[in-house]
Amino acid sequence: MTESSELSAPPAPPLLSSDDVARVIDRVAHQLIERAASSAGAGATDGGLADLVLVGIPTRGAPLARRLAARIEAFSGTRVDVGTVDITLYRDDLRLRGVRALEDTRLPESGIDGRLVVLVDDVLFSGRSVRAALDALRDLGRPRAVQLAVLVDRGHRELPIRADYVGKNVPTSRSQKVEVHLAEIDGLDEVLLTGGDQ
Amino acid sequence: MKRHLLEAGDLDRDDATLVLDTAAQIESALAGREVKKLPTLRGRTVVNLFYEDSTRTRISFELAAKRLSADVINFSAKGSSVSKGESLKDTALTLEAMGSDAIVVRHWASGAPHRLAGWVQGSVVNAGDGTHEHPTQALLDAYTIRQRLGRLDGVRVVIVGDVLHSRVARSNVWLLSTLGAVVTVVAPPTLLPVGVGSWPVTVGYDLDAVLPQADVVMMLRVQGERMNASFFPSAREYSRRYGLDGRRMAALPDDAIVMHPGPMNRGMEIAAEVADSVRSTIVDQVGNGVSVRMAVLYLLLGGTSE
Repeated sequence: MTESSELSAPPAPPLLSSDDVARVIDRVAHQLIERAASSAGAGATDGGLADLVLVGIPTRGAPLARRLAARIEAFSGTRVDVGTVDITLYRDDLRLRGVRALEDTRLPESGIDGRLVVLVDDVLFSGRSVRAALDALRDLGRPRAVQLAVLVDRGHRELPIRADYVGKNVPTSRSQKVEVHLAEIDGLDEVLLTGGDQ
Repeated sequence: MKRHLLEAGDLDRDDATLVLDTAAQIESALAGREVKKLPTLRGRTVVNLFYEDSTRTRISFELAAKRLSADVINFSAKGSSVSKGESLKDTALTLEAMGSDAIVVRHWASGAPHRLAGWVQGSVVNAGDGTHEHPTQALLDAYTIRQRLGRLDGVRVVIVGDVLHSRVARSNVWLLSTLGAVVTVVAPPTLLPVGVGSWPVTVGYDLDAVLPQADVVMMLRVQGERMNASFFPSAREYSRRYGLDGRRMAALPDDAIVMHPGPMNRGMEIAAEVADSVRSTIVDQVGNGVSVRMAVLYLLLGGTSE
């Protein structure tokens, strides 16, 4: 075969297909319910879930948080609060990457003071987005504890940050790109690993 | 976005909409918060260079910069080396040598910010130059209209009064038409500038005739300090023909709003009962000014300095 056929080789299969994404979200939802139950104080009647707030980091963390909340409600019958927190104004790389449009920051009316906040994001990479989100949360209130749930952990941390709930661990090289597509934004669910010298 | 904001014409429709959307997001992000401060511009220095008196614009810019964690230096020409004869250029270069990233300038001479932009490395924001432009005022007016009426496209805006001396009117005419509003200016013929025929506006002389079709009435301050000739016979006659009183306000459509950039001459261009009515957005305009100026500073300074 010639080189041209290599160039037009079919794209690699996705890391996570649409079914995989749904399964991973279900699993993380179950883990959240279990952890909430085990950490709930004596006398909590709702499995500790009333205390929980899922806070998505835009863009794709926001729909992920809503989906997790929907699955938790389906499994446990308890409605959990959802919010989003835009981290653009807290980023430390604005000077490198330039300004961008802001997205919604919306928290439940009851606030986050004294509650268990679980930050939700699509990909955990350097950890800088999470640091920015932690800074933003500090200005918004004082949660009892903050945890982190991500769909994909691709490694290469630049800060001492780890996720409490991980959908899938993916070993990657720095030159590769992890692309998360979600139905709410991109029309379908899938996670792709592209670029680099595979 | 361009590096400077010198006039409303620096913003195309996308830029202007981006500023308004950013301001709305900032406002909702800060609403109800105990800590009304964002770390975005930490380590940046903003100089407020004011050669002319100002209350709301200077305080508004100062508050906007501080809420974004920038360091702010307030400089007013009174009590500085300007009174020893230092030129605008030397003053600006001095400030820049001390490390300013942006200069917010108000000057009595039209075009001073343009000159300044050619001398300094950082961003220049025009906070009002002579009788030329006041772009952030127009942005906050557009923001207020959108907030109250929910749209700008097709909104009928009537700007009334001293258009000749008003930088607010000039900036609003350009920005609002960029954003799709339909602008009419109403003034005594003596208070219209020579080139008004080339503006994207309809010109009228009879306030009563245009009020029933207006969504927004923007009253301008009669600028006594810039009037070096007699432009109308008496204050009373001006007020009678071009002032907005309760009777005229009643002729407006039900959801129309009344705006004024401040400071007001109560009883001259606007009656007290109108200024204090529910249609009046005068206090909203001041509050929105901070959000809009935060958006401008963020968009000009937040990114790369190239």
